Parts: sequence; structure tokens; C-alpha cells
Amino acid sequence: MVARPSKVVLITGVSRYLGGRLAAMLAADPGIERVIGVDVVPPRQDVGRTEFVRADIRNPIIAKVIASAQVDTVVHMSVIATPFGAGGRTAMKEINVIGTMQLLAACQKAPSLRKLVVKSTTAVYGSSSRDAALFTEGMEPKAQFRSGYGKDSIEVEGYVRGLGRRRPDVDVTLLRFANFIGPRIDTPLTRFFALPVVPSVFGFDPRIQFVHEDDGIEVLRRAVVENRRGTYNVAGDGVLLLSQAIRRAGRVAVPVPSPAVSMVGSLFRRAGLVDFSPEQVQFLEFGRGVDTTRLRTDFGYPPRYRTIEAFDDFVAGRSLTRYVDPDRLARAEQMVLNGIERRRAHA
Amino acid sequence: MPEARVIPLDGGGPVRSRRPERCSETGEDGKRCRRSVVAEGRCDTHLAQLQAEQAAATAPEWERRLAGTLAFLRRRVTGDYPIDDFGFDADLTEHVLLSALRPIYDKYFRVETRGLENIPSTGGALVVANHSGTVPIDALMTQLAIYDHHPAKRHLRMLGADLVFRTPLIAPLARKSGSTLACNEDAERLMSSGELAGVWPEGFKGIGKPFAERYKLQRFGRGGFVSAALRSGVPIIPCSIVGAEEIYPIVGNVKVLARLLGFPYVPVTPTFPWLGPLGLIPLPSKWIIEFGEPIATDEMGRAAADDPMLVFNLTDQVREVIQQTLYKLLLSRRSVFF
Repeated sequence: MVARPSKVVLITGVSRYLGGRLAAMLAADPGIERVIGVDVVPPRQDVGRTEFVRADIRNPIIAKVIASAQVDTVVHMSVIATPFGAGGRTAMKEINVIGTMQLLAACQKAPSLRKLVVKSTTAVYGSSSRDAALFTEGMEPKAQFRSGYGKDSIEVEGYVRGLGRRRPDVDVTLLRFANFIGPRIDTPLTRFFALPVVPSVFGFDPRIQFVHEDDGIEVLRRAVVENRRGTYNVAGDGVLLLSQAIRRAGRVAVPVPSPAVSMVGSLFRRAGLVDFSPEQVQFLEFGRGVDTTRLRTDFGYPPRYRTIEAFDDFVAGRSLTRYVDPDRLARAEQMVLNGIERRRAHA
Repeated sequence: MPEARVIPLDGGGPVRSRRPERCSETGEDGKRCRRSVVAEGRCDTHLAQLQAEQAAATAPEWERRLAGTLAFLRRRVTGDYPIDDFGFDADLTEHVLLSALRPIYDKYFRVETRGLENIPSTGGALVVANHSGTVPIDALMTQLAIYDHHPAKRHLRMLGADLVFRTPLIAPLARKSGSTLACNEDAERLMSSGELAGVWPEGFKGIGKPFAERYKLQRFGRGGFVSAALRSGVPIIPCSIVGAEEIYPIVGNVKVLARLLGFPYVPVTPTFPWLGPLGLIPLPSKWIIEFGEPIATDEMGRAAADDPMLVFNLTDQVREVIQQTLYKLLLSRRSVFF
């Protein structure tokens, strides 16, 4: 494969945390001539010399931007996970699926395009009791999807594969990220762990996997500056159990019986705390793990943070109030043992 | 001619005595500790370590147990324990789950194990056993038999039906105790990473069969376990369990209720549901678990897994070995309960 370095990069979803960080990083790279960021609101964080285009990806203006700026690399990062900011599930689906269709239609027409990098999610594997412990990239979901982020992402991936077939000259990199976590990123799961008491589904303890925000950004950056065609799972090594994560965050779990979860979920949603869609409830029951061998060998990037380290970094970075402080507990334990030993020495 | 005088190159004794003596312990990096001795041939850190160890050794048993329990509780409360990719929690399994099973194993069913030497101490292997007893206690007893009595204290990683992973409370316990879903991907992943996997291929047909059909092996699934072993190139160890059939003798099956609840069967035993919760107490049969000679699969090669005839034959061979061992054990046992 001939290396075709990216010169003009277009990033969708640039005003969101990850999009902004990637834009800033690429803008700092002297090898890249122009970085164009697209979003419906201006970015809040510093994105360096990135040129901002205020547009919806469903808008035909995108096609004009791609054509006039001779964009050779498109990074699609604006598939959204929650209907929170979008204003409802219908709008979310509209942005995710129709938006991607329009963007990819524009991409297909652009002769300058050489590379397409799409941020997808491991939610495309779903979660069910019939899942293997770790999903590899070639495995199909066992879960039934009705709606939600996972369903949207499956459709998005379908369109991306379609473009890959119709434009074989374009290198398509599909990155399936596990749940992002880290000291700064804001996701449904980080809000979930920041709740005063963390709800869990009674009788279930799912395995969860995280990818640290720094690892995620680095994988996206490499996908842009290097040539890494293909589909890759991106996650930190190892898994955490939900109960274990809650304990490591020093939080208290409140098990909610499965039939009541959707009720509690809608309560939380109305309070604007966390969104609980049916697929997230399934995730809280069965969890999910992915195999990252391909990322480490073919893509050539072993994540720096294991799942557990990424989570600990999130806990430390957010300075969550820990109801149970491990150091104090260890000191108390030592005190008890010392006391017993002193009494024995006395006797 | 005078004899040549030997001049020691390192300056001889006096010089060596000037160099401070090195600590005799080995450091964390596996190299000899480079720090100088304070007392008893050890540096200050290693001396303190030694003294702590001596103090611990002289401490009464209950104190050491208390220290162990406190450390365990702290680890649990703070989430400070490793979980493997399948959700196996070795800390919890070793300290709580298996300890809870031990009295049942030793005192109640008085399990006798034979042929443990057939299980390799390292590397992947697949234990294939007969399934019986209405509830899968036989699997738990096999797990404990290998952990307690095999010299390598190996954990048996059991492959379970998806019903297990769908059932509240059971699902997390199963994963934490080392089980995972019985599918080819998980079986191969376990065995190729050198784990000892356990499978009960009769499934619900075996565990839920009527008492009249006890010790008659049911169909061994589709032989998926054989192809997984072939692909991973690990030996198959047939395992025959006697005694589990008698713990809850199934005399009837409430099929309507089973269909309603989505269970494979709702058993009726001489005591259940007639005696209510008392009916849940298993009969105290005497158990024998025998591990047979391993059947090597590595020389057949990975491609053999795609040869259905070979897979069928191998499945039959394993089934036949288990069935014959069951008959042999049944003949040799004196009674069901002793």
C-alpha cells in the first residue's frame, strides 16, 4: 500500500470533546496543511488553526466544502450516543443515520477523497446472555436491536461499508470504541458513575470495558496520519465488573429490580441526570467485552491504559467524593492488627 | 630456588573485610540485594521484612486468619481485585465460593476422586463429564475436586448454558466462579490461553432426565466441544461422576409450568414440592468422580475439526469411555449412600 499522507482533513462533530481534541492535535501537526472542523455549534475548546464551518452534516454545503477545499481525509465523529442534546430520539436518529448518509454521499462524489475514518462503537455488538466473552471484529451481534445508539451505529457502519465498496480507492478505517472514560470526557457512563448513588440491575453484574480518552484520541490521530485500512475494536486491556467499578469509585450501588429499571431510568432522564435507554439497561445486565488483538498487531497500537487504569484515572481526575476511602480503610486495618499484636507482646 | 609467592589479586583478606558485607536476600527484581548488611546478614529493609515474617509466624492461628480476612474484606470493599476477561474473580472464588462448597463436598457427599493425575498441571485441557442431579451441583463438585486435590490447584473453567447467564443472581455468580458461555469462541479462547475447561455436553437432557434413566448418557450435543478441543489442540479428559443422579430423583416434570416460566423442566421429586423448602435438601448420596486417561488431539491437527466424521467418532469415543466408567463405578459401589 502506498502511503498517501493526509493534507486536508475534515472533521465532523468538532465541537464535541473528542472532535475538538483531535482537531487541535492535527492542527499542531505541520505535515497537515488544513484542518476543517464542522459542527452546528462553535467549538468551546481551543482547536488551534482549525477552520470552523458552522453547518449540519445534512446540509449540502458540506459537499461544497469538501470539493472546494480538496479534502482528502474525512473523519466522521458526529454519531451521537444519547438523545439528550439532540432533542429526542427521532432527532438523534435523524442526525446519526440521515446525517451519515448525506456526508457519505458527499464523500462519494469527491474525487479528492483518499481516506475515511469513522468513529463507531462496540455497542454494535449489543449485549445479551448469549454473547461470547469477547467479541472479535468479525462477529455478529446476538442481541436484538430495536432502537438506540447501537442500532444507529450498525446502520452507519452499513453505509460506510457501502462507500468502501463503491470507492475502493478510498481507505476506510472503522474504529469501534469501547466506552470512553477519562478525567475530562463527559459521557453517559461518566455521569452515571458520578451519581450520588449508582443504580445497577438487581441480580446482574456486567463486565464493562473502557478506553481512555488519550488512547482513543491517539488511535484516531494515527488512523488519520498513517494508513490503517480496516475495522478495529479499540478498548483498554482487561475488563471491570460494574460492582467493582462502583467500589473503585468509592460509590454505593443501589440494585434496582429489572422490571423497575425502565421506570427509574425515565425518572433519571427527566431529572436530566443520565439517559437509560433499553439498550443501556441490557448493557447493565449483560455487559460486553471486545478482543483488541487486531488493534495491537495490525493497527500497531497497544493502548497505554488498561481498562482498570483508565477507570482509576477517571476517578482520580474527577475527584469524586469517595464514601469509602481505601487509604483510611487500610490504616484502620493496620491499626486493628497492630493493636492485637501489641496486646500479645504485652502478655 | 625459592617458591613463588602467591599474591592475591584482590588484595587478600584484609581488603575484603573493609568492603561492607552485602545483604543475602534477593530483591524484587530477582537480583541479589545490593545494600549493605545491618544485622543477621540482611539490609535494613530485608531485616524488617524478616522480623515481620517471624512475628507473623509466631502469631497464633486466629490472628493470621483475622489478618487474612481483614485484607480480603478491604480488597472487596475497595474493588481491589483482578477479574479476567471472562469475569472470573479468583479472589472471591478461592476465599468464599469454594469455601462454602467444601463442607458439602467433604461432609455431605463425601466425594472420592480418582485419576486426578490424568489432568495436566499446566496447559489447556478439556474435561468432559456426564451431567445429572436436576441442579448442576455436579459441576461445582468437579470444580472443587480439581482445585482442592490436584497438586497444581487448577481452576476448572466451566462452560454453561445461556440460561445460566440470563438468570438474575446466578449469572454473576457463575461468571465470578469461572464459568462462561458454552460457545466455540469462549471454549477455544480459554483452552488456547492454557486454561482447564470443563463441559457437560448432555446439557439439560442429562441434568433433567427422569430417575428411571439414571446413568444412561444422553446425546452429546453436536460435538461442538470436540471440534473446539481439536482446534485448540488440547487433550480431552473424560470424567465420570457417580452419585449426583440420586440427589434429587426426578419422578415427574411439570411441563406446562416449565413452558410458562421458560425453564427446560420443572422437576417433581419424592420430596419436592411436597415438603416445601425441605424438599430442596438433596439426598446425601456418596459420590465418586473419576477422571479418565486423556485423549490427545494435537496430532490430529486443526484441520480435523472440519472433518465431521472424525468429530462424530471422537465424540462417540469420549461418550463411550464415560459410559463404561460409569458402569464400572456403579458395579463397584456398595450402596447409594455409603
